[in-house]
Amino acid sequence: MANPSTDKKTLPAAAGQPANSTMAVVAPAIGWLVPGAGHLIQKRWIRGLLLLASIVAMFAIGLAINGHIYRPNGGDILDILGFVGDIGAGGLYIFSQAMGYGQSPVSHAVADYGTKFMIVAGLLNFISVADAYHIAMGKKP
Amino acid sequence: MNQSLALSHFTAALLFALFASVVFGITQRNTPRDMFRYGLYCFAMFVGGVFAAGWLMWLLRR
Repeated sequence: MANPSTDKKTLPAAAGQPANSTMAVVAPAIGWLVPGAGHLIQKRWIRGLLLLASIVAMFAIGLAINGHIYRPNGGDILDILGFVGDIGAGGLYIFSQAMGYGQSPVSHAVADYGTKFMIVAGLLNFISVADAYHIAMGKKP
Repeated sequence: MNQSLALSHFTAALLFALFASVVFGITQRNTPRDMFRYGLYCFAMFVGGVFAAGWLMWLLRR
């Protein structure tokens, strides 16, 4: 039979358990940098891996079909909104900027889908980060 | 980066629906069963929306 006092130390915060304030900061930060890692660090293995696979695949497909990645100094309000979406992908955005990916102009309709894929991947990662925070705060099992 | 992947519009829409549904299912529900059901529901809504929009555009084109 499991010892409840031991479980509290070894298991991540579950619904109804007291919030872990350190994890409430660390999980969203890591989850932003690496999609799904906020769940993995709290031992939600399947959820974390599914989030990682979905968000990384979406971003990678967007890049592979020649989508455009927005920069912070776009000037146009729509470019700024695109940047806000892209930056949600965290490490993926930083890596692709460092490698110079996603800078070619969009020349066909499917490439524009690629741009949207990367923006939505970033926005989905924001949702994933919020979910990791809720798990750490004990609001979600 | 040169284009290395050629997707049709429909395939792109299906992939979008799949990935978005997985994330919505996991983040918007609390139990694995509810997550799976909600993910399926979102996927069906996305794909249904694609077909509805396709038929609407076909009607408008006539």
